Amino acid sequence: MKYNYYPGCSLEKNASAYHDSTMAIAGPLDMQFSEVDDWNCCGAIELIAIDKMQAYALVTRNLAQAQKQTHNGETLVAPCSACFLNLSKCDAYLVKDEPLAAKVNDALSAGGLHYTPGTVKTRHLLEVTVNDVGYEQIAAQVKKPLHNLRVAAYYGCLIVRPGFLDKFDDPEYPTSLDKLMQTLGATVVDFPMKAHCCGGHMTQISEKVALDLIHRLLKNAADYQADVIVTICPMCQLNLDAYQENVNKAYGTKYNIPILYFTQLMGLAFGTPPEQLGFGKEFINAAPALAKIGVEPPKPAPKAKAAKGALPLPIMPEED
Amino acid sequence: MATVPFPTDGGAKVIPRRLFMREILEDTPGGDPRLEMCIQCGTCSGSCPSGADMDYSPRRIFAMIEAGMREEVLRANTFWYCVSCYYCFVRCPQEVKITDIMYTLKRKAIREGYYKESSASEAPDFSETFVEAVFKYGRSFELGLATRYHLRHHPIDAVKMAAGMGLTMLRKGRMDLTPRRIRDLDQLQAILARAKEIAREERVEIGGVA
Repeated sequence: MKYNYYPGCSLEKNASAYHDSTMAIAGPLDMQFSEVDDWNCCGAIELIAIDKMQAYALVTRNLAQAQKQTHNGETLVAPCSACFLNLSKCDAYLVKDEPLAAKVNDALSAGGLHYTPGTVKTRHLLEVTVNDVGYEQIAAQVKKPLHNLRVAAYYGCLIVRPGFLDKFDDPEYPTSLDKLMQTLGATVVDFPMKAHCCGGHMTQISEKVALDLIHRLLKNAADYQADVIVTICPMCQLNLDAYQENVNKAYGTKYNIPILYFTQLMGLAFGTPPEQLGFGKEFINAAPALAKIGVEPPKPAPKAKAAKGALPLPIMPEED
Repeated sequence: MATVPFPTDGGAKVIPRRLFMREILEDTPGGDPRLEMCIQCGTCSGSCPSGADMDYSPRRIFAMIEAGMREEVLRANTFWYCVSCYYCFVRCPQEVKITDIMYTLKRKAIREGYYKESSASEAPDFSETFVEAVFKYGRSFELGLATRYHLRHHPIDAVKMAAGMGLTMLRKGRMDLTPRRIRDLDQLQAILARAKEIAREERVEIGGVA
């Protein structure tokens, strides 16, 4: 099946493990992805807080770019839940709000672009995986079932709520990822917090608020003795992984739960070499959990020696 | 005794305390956000993961909007603490598009400067720093965002964070040192400039603050 693909900024670097593992399983699942030409950031939830018209124009430029390469009604696939929400919501609102669509197209015309509302349908990677490929096809690819691995299937918010174009799973208690993990042979634990919020950008605005939300999720997964939490969103991955240590400090806990992408576990079950699946980038080492299924991830890169007192600072070319 | 003239154009829309409500409805994209349909049931507040940290719960904010308490609403931290989880949005029995209302309040509070008086006064700067990179490069730039925003607001934490989480991100190849750019940056910037102009015209048209 052919898809247009919108990776989003996170998948370029921070969540490259998600991108790499997605590309690695595309072959066995017979999915062909062609990246949207010269796509731009979707604005996350930041630009809509500042300027409505710019926010809609920014997202619609991506839809217009995707429309140019849509020849047979190809779906636009977004692996990031926030990108998925922005793209699908923007299209839904442009269809519903004609004056808005006219103004957004006025803005796009300044760049020689036009978008016809309703022509590009954005769906999340998990949804196309379970609905287009299907559990049976997936099961047929499983060569190394994930027996004995206790998985908490974490959905977060935006993939299931509110469903601007299509509702594919329950907004409060989804099960598609649970079924997918069972298909791979994993033991799926109860995880009542599975569709609760990871804190989103609150880690940057009020870490106390964010840590509270992350703590609830980690506690819940730990209560049900999950070996790993599997996620479908780069923001959820980052918050639960990189801030786990901060949660431990703030709450006196000792959580040590690796946070992996569902595509990484699919790859392992398909027998894809772990080197192709982006392991080793997680803050919380996944090796002990993977040992349970007889997988040895590649050794992490040796610790880079930082020059004394050197701190990571950005290089802004034009300011040199 | 001065008398308030009775509305002659037949609608609630000219009663002054409805003006704030109208402003919000008009500035919220995607059709009618149904805020006027709120029945004060509190499902939103009960569903809100960060409600405990808000000055006023979502339900209370909607009551205040209904009451025309413009300044008190725009000074609140409520919408800055909204995490966009959409729980209230799907649970609201009146189908009020609550998350969209929160974004509208954010925009108003920034435009009119009320955010400076809120306990979440740094939040808009995070959004603005994020967006700055998007306007400049077409893509977000995490390292630039983290360093600029945190150095401005929490310099000590910024140093600690850079030495800890920042270094780990770099070591694990999860953060770029330089921003990535899109190819047709000029096109994107022309689109965004025109969008800004259209938004300004629209605000003048509905009698708001340009």
